[in-house]
Amino acid sequence: MLLIRCPYCEEERPELEFRNAGEAHIARSANIAGETDDDFEKFFFIRSNPKGIIYERWRHMHGCARFFNAVRDTVTDKFVMTYKAGEPKPSKLPGVAK
Amino acid sequence: MKKYSVFAIAREAMRGHKGWEEQWSSPEPKKEYDVIIVGAGGHGLATAYYLATVHGITNVAVLEKGWLGGGNTGRNTTIIRSNYLYDESAGIYDHALKLWDGLSQELNYNVMYSARGVMMLAHNVHDIQVLKRHVHANRLNGIDNEWLSPEQAKEFCPPLNTSKDARYPVVGAALQRRGGTARHDAVAWGYARGASARGVHIIQNCEVTGVKRAANGAVMGVDTTRGFIGAKKVGVVAAGHSSVIMNMAGVRMPLESYPLQALVSEPVKPVVPCVVMSNTVHAYISQSDKGELVIGAGTDQYVSYSQTGGLHILQHTLDAICEMFPIFTRMKMLRSWGGIVDVTPDRSPILAKTPVPGLYVNCGWGTGGFKATPGSGHVFAHTIAKDDPHPINAPFTIERFRTGRLIDEAAAAAVAH
Repeated sequence: MLLIRCPYCEEERPELEFRNAGEAHIARSANIAGETDDDFEKFFFIRSNPKGIIYERWRHMHGCARFFNAVRDTVTDKFVMTYKAGEPKPSKLPGVAK
Repeated sequence: MKKYSVFAIAREAMRGHKGWEEQWSSPEPKKEYDVIIVGAGGHGLATAYYLATVHGITNVAVLEKGWLGGGNTGRNTTIIRSNYLYDESAGIYDHALKLWDGLSQELNYNVMYSARGVMMLAHNVHDIQVLKRHVHANRLNGIDNEWLSPEQAKEFCPPLNTSKDARYPVVGAALQRRGGTARHDAVAWGYARGASARGVHIIQNCEVTGVKRAANGAVMGVDTTRGFIGAKKVGVVAAGHSSVIMNMAGVRMPLESYPLQALVSEPVKPVVPCVVMSNTVHAYISQSDKGELVIGAGTDQYVSYSQTGGLHILQHTLDAICEMFPIFTRMKMLRSWGGIVDVTPDRSPILAKTPVPGLYVNCGWGTGGFKATPGSGHVFAHTIAKDDPHPINAPFTIERFRTGRLIDEAAAAAVAH
């Protein structure tokens, strides 16, 4: 089981308290009904599914219940960092090359 | 290829078993092939086999980064069934089921397909409605599926706890008698042997690191850890890594990869005569011919390539197994493991041409690809050979996520994902 640091509670808590909420930083169009089929497919269905660093959303369901973002390596499942929702995608990752 | 038979066994017994030949050869890769298949699992090897046998295309290489059948082919719980809800799914899964029947004879290799029946349990009114809907839909599609009372379910699988005060009471069940199990390794080995005998090159320890495209966008071949290998047609059959390979060709996929775990118990005498699945409490169980209880769990909730997964997932499944089969509460579990499954948004596979000319993909089988192995290989070989899908896999396009013509087995595949 993963240990996940909630950036709001500022504590590492067991994965059971959390729900994964999919890839992060996918912006929903303000005019969703006006999206082309291509753009809607990209927004709704297409995913990066990276082997390596992933940016993903989690929700601290059985804690503060808030959404936040995390950076994780999908090969080792180790978390690089977590940060609050609305904060920009980190450009520099601690302890990760390039 | 020397034929396996009772006479071959007798002959070899007489001469100290010195005459058995290698089941498939391990040739050096050539510079160019007509077709390259990426991934030597069951689906990839079946594709190569049917390219050779049905379409006469034998200048084929199957590239495998690890060892043959070492991915999800060797990690699944070997359940075979075709009781899916929608017509498209019924078409492809039952095509496979028909091929399972007779596959051992076709391959001259015992894949140990055993139609021992797959029984899906209903624990509440909603389950009854869902499973009866499946029974009716299946029968309309000519697929056997029948409704059992709790007493009939108990008769079909005696160790099942059907008492009224059970934690998960059994209020009925759907039974597909043609469903069952097969020996997963033998499926990969049998197809490999058959393909190799017809001239297909199976190249293990050869990881694809790039997909080369010409100026007009068409596929030229693949870069591998053993150098560049050319081909005008490349079929990607890489399961959990399919999106990684497709990214190399510049195609982003509607896929996410999750760990899926399974475990086996110590071997015991025959006690579970069929496959039992419970979707509501998420547990499924069968018994291998070695005597091990084979138990499948659900996926983890996060994208991962780690081939492990959380302990609590296994615990959840074993909790359910122990409630449904109280006689197993003292069983020891021998091994557990994880595989990486590629899941599409509608939980149906993609077997199709891609936006890249000469590039084909067979992926997205999610948590249940093993059962489809023969059918998948058969229609995918057709797709590659004709550059046009077989009618059976024609609905399983990538474009369905743009057009909205989904095959939404997400709620209907009869298993939790």
